[in-house]
Amino acid sequence: MDENYNFGFLDERTKKSIRRAMLKAVAIPGYQVPFGSREMPFAYGWGTGGVQVTASIIGRTDVLKVIDQGADDTTNAVNIRRFFARTTGVETTEKTADASIIQTRHRIPERPLTEAQIIVYQVPMPEPLFRLEPRRRETITMHALAEYGLMNVKLYEDIAQLGAISKTYDYPVLVNERYLTSPSPIPKFDNPKMHMNPALQLFGAGREKRIYAIPPYTCVRSLDFEDHPFEVQQWEHACALCDATQSFLDEMIVDDEGSRLFVCSDSDFCGERRTAGHTGEQQAVRLRDALSPDTGRSGATQ
Amino acid sequence: MSDVLLSVRKAGKHFMQGNRLHWACRDVSFDLYPGEVLAVVGESGSGKSTLLRLLAARHACDEGSVHYNVRSESGTESAAARTDTHGAGLADLAGLSEARLRWLARTDWGFVEQHARDGLRMNVSGGANIGERMMALGSRHYANLRTQALDWMERVELDTGRIDDLPATYSGGMQQRLQIARNLVTHPRLVFMDEPTTGLDVSVQARLLDLLRELVDQLNLAAVIVTHDLAVARLLAHRMLVMKDGRVVEHGLTDRVLDDPQHAYTQLLVSSVLTP
Repeated sequence: MDENYNFGFLDERTKKSIRRAMLKAVAIPGYQVPFGSREMPFAYGWGTGGVQVTASIIGRTDVLKVIDQGADDTTNAVNIRRFFARTTGVETTEKTADASIIQTRHRIPERPLTEAQIIVYQVPMPEPLFRLEPRRRETITMHALAEYGLMNVKLYEDIAQLGAISKTYDYPVLVNERYLTSPSPIPKFDNPKMHMNPALQLFGAGREKRIYAIPPYTCVRSLDFEDHPFEVQQWEHACALCDATQSFLDEMIVDDEGSRLFVCSDSDFCGERRTAGHTGEQQAVRLRDALSPDTGRSGATQ
Repeated sequence: MSDVLLSVRKAGKHFMQGNRLHWACRDVSFDLYPGEVLAVVGESGSGKSTLLRLLAARHACDEGSVHYNVRSESGTESAAARTDTHGAGLADLAGLSEARLRWLARTDWGFVEQHARDGLRMNVSGGANIGERMMALGSRHYANLRTQALDWMERVELDTGRIDDLPATYSGGMQQRLQIARNLVTHPRLVFMDEPTTGLDVSVQARLLDLLRELVDQLNLAAVIVTHDLAVARLLAHRMLVMKDGRVVEHGLTDRVLDDPQHAYTQLLVSSVLTP
């Protein structure tokens, strides 16, 4: 630990003010609480909100895991993990099961979370109505009066134009049957995991200066239409490394002839399965040409 | 007296101009009954639009009051509005909560703006525009919404093939008709119209007026129409108010006011109409 910094980089009074905002957020599930977001030593869009939340709740006995799109070894994850290792000296891990705090960018780990864990999301835009209603004053009123018909107008528009709800990430949810909430840009595949999750879920938006929370065991419902119910993505392929069929897969283009490699986005989950002896095909798959007229859909997605 | 829909008593609204108080409209009193169409005419700056905004609770009255006969049934209200359900009968708009007013504005009232762009959601399709109010009231069945939207497009004589097109691709007259459909889909009892035909060419105006007259008749709508076009008033309205400098100078049955104007300003207004 670098002794020149206060524990967790932020000063104690800042951390206290952020914790106070978090208490309010937990008390009103899904409600966006304004907080005094600080300048952090990295750019907006790199998780300043999530880092401030983590810095405010982390203690010396915590074990921290940081993921970016599910992986522990990507730039954002590595940097934030190193930041906390340096400014707090707490133990870090790549194992979901060992962590007490998981800071995440845009994924929820495949392994079910427990009551002993806290998951911290990095949120670029906390306001789910932002693209539909640009006036903040108006969105606040809409939240206050629970007028959320407008969100369904957006979903209606998707079905009318594209035949299905096209939103595949940041899919709007209704928390505790009251507040319309952005789940941060996690894939809609992860939305069902938020429902009745035993872990505390905290959301920090640094640039937008908002914190919100979903307490343990809270109802989280993804919006939909009665005749167009919410569905998650499915893949025709299994993970090429660990043969998992129930996880969120990343699709990697490996050549210019249509070969794709499907692997788990959650690197810890994939690694554990491989250690346990599961092996996949180990090779890329050739997809049908999505542009040729005889194939309606490509192999992957939805 | 009990079936009055909208009752206005000495309503007034002022704005500050510099340090001086300026009354945009003052001392307006009238009753509106269900199914009745009232035209408000006057030159620009006479307070017509301000009066309309007072009636629709978009502005609060600075003096006097506006009472509305709120429907007692509360079947389709949102949860927020249900908490402060008042009984049937005339309720002072100033005494209603914001939730209640917003509920009124999207169920029992319609507001047709002069510029269709102000009243439409320009970034979603025509169908979504018509469906918005129903979705706000909790309708969550896509096929039903779609059927209703198509039905209403037919009723306002829009080409149903354009249900998925953005309103920006519609002509001015079509936008205005879309706006009307969007407002009428919840079967309101009272519609406010702010110069609905201004800015349209004459033949389109005529068709729109025809349509309005038919809908008002079919649905037993009460309407307050602000216009400076006396022909529109003659065609649609049962009664009319003539405003000048924020005051009502004359008030009566449309034919009486137009054929036998009493006030000097009304006489000027009627005589300045060009008849080809």
